[in-house]
Amino acid sequence: MELNEIRVAVLRIEGTNCEDETVHAFKNLGVEAEAVHLKQFYSDTIREEEKRNIRDYTAIVFPGGFSAGDYIRAGAIFSARIKSVLRKSLEEFIENGYPVLGICNGFQVLVELGALPAFDKTISDRPEMALGINNSGRFECRPTFLRVESRNTAFTGSIDRDIVMFPSAHAEGRVIFPDGREEEWLERLKENGQIVFRYVDPGGRYSGYPWNPNGSIYNIAGICNPDGNVLGLMPHPERSFHPYTHCSWTRGRKETGDGELFFRSILEYMMKL
Amino acid sequence: MIAEVYIELKKGVADPEGENTLKALKLLGFSTVRNVETVKMFRIHMDEEDEERARNILEDMCERLLANPVIQSYRIVMK
Repeated sequence: MELNEIRVAVLRIEGTNCEDETVHAFKNLGVEAEAVHLKQFYSDTIREEEKRNIRDYTAIVFPGGFSAGDYIRAGAIFSARIKSVLRKSLEEFIENGYPVLGICNGFQVLVELGALPAFDKTISDRPEMALGINNSGRFECRPTFLRVESRNTAFTGSIDRDIVMFPSAHAEGRVIFPDGREEEWLERLKENGQIVFRYVDPGGRYSGYPWNPNGSIYNIAGICNPDGNVLGLMPHPERSFHPYTHCSWTRGRKETGDGELFFRSILEYMMKL
Repeated sequence: MIAEVYIELKKGVADPEGENTLKALKLLGFSTVRNVETVKMFRIHMDEEDEERARNILEDMCERLLANPVIQSYRIVMK
C-alpha cells in the first residue's frame, strides 16, 4: 500500500473526546484521516455524501474519552453498538491484517468487545479480561513511562527507543484477568508476544504506584492480539506528538514526542501490506 | 414485569470504590462501619409476563452487556 492509499477512520460516538488529536496525529504524518461517527456506517438518516463503509478505510481507531458516559462499565455501550452493527465487517477487517487501535477508552471498548486479548478467536463471544477501577480509586492523570516490550506489532516497529513517555488519564485502567487464572493468562500473552507496553519508572524499572498508575497486573499498559494488528493501550500517544505538547516543553525539551514514532510505525506497517 | 438486576464484583476482585467509601465514612465518625461493597442495580421494566422467559432474557442481558464475567457476577430479583 502506498502512503496516499492509507485512510484512517477514528470512530466517534457521543462522549468520545480524543478524536481530533488522533486525526491530527495521522494527518501530520501526511495521510488521510477523519473522525467518523459510528452512525455513518449504518444509519439511513445520514446524508448520502456522509455515508461510509468500513471498506473505505485501511485503519480504524477507537479514541479516548468517555463514550456513552462510561455507563454500565467504561466501553461497554460502545462495544455493544459495534457488536450489533459492525461485528462481522470488523472481524473481516482484522483478519485482513489492517490495524485496529484502541487508546484509553478505546482499549476499554476493545476489551469489552472481545477483540483483546483474542486468544482463540478474532472477536471472542465474552470479554476475556477487564479494565477495572484504578487501585487508588481516583482518576489518575500524569506522564507515564512505558517500556516497549515487543516491536513485532503494527504499532511499534519504528520505535527506536526502549522507553517512551505517553501521558495517562483514566479512572478504569487496571488490567484484571479471571481470578485464579492470572498466571495462565500471563503465560499465554508472553508466549504469543502480546504484551506490548509495561509501566516503568523514569529509570526504566518496573515500579509500583505512581509509575504504574492503576495497579495493573504485571505493570501491563498495552496488549495486542496474537497477530499484532489489534492493539489497546491506556496511555495516550496522541498527547505526546508535537514538541510543544510534551510535558517538558516549558523546561526546554524541544524534541518531537514519542507518540510520533508510534503513529509512524502504523503507517510503515500499512505500507508493507 | 419488573426485575431488579444486581451487578456485584466477584469475590477476590478489589473494590477501590467501596474501600474509599469506607475510609470516608470512618472519617465522618461512623466508627462501627466494618466494610463497604459497591453494587450496581438496574431496575428493568419488561413487556413479558412469563417469569421463566423473562429470567432467560435477563440472563442474556447480563451475559451480553450488564456484567463483565471476568470481574462481575449478577443476581436477578423478580418484583
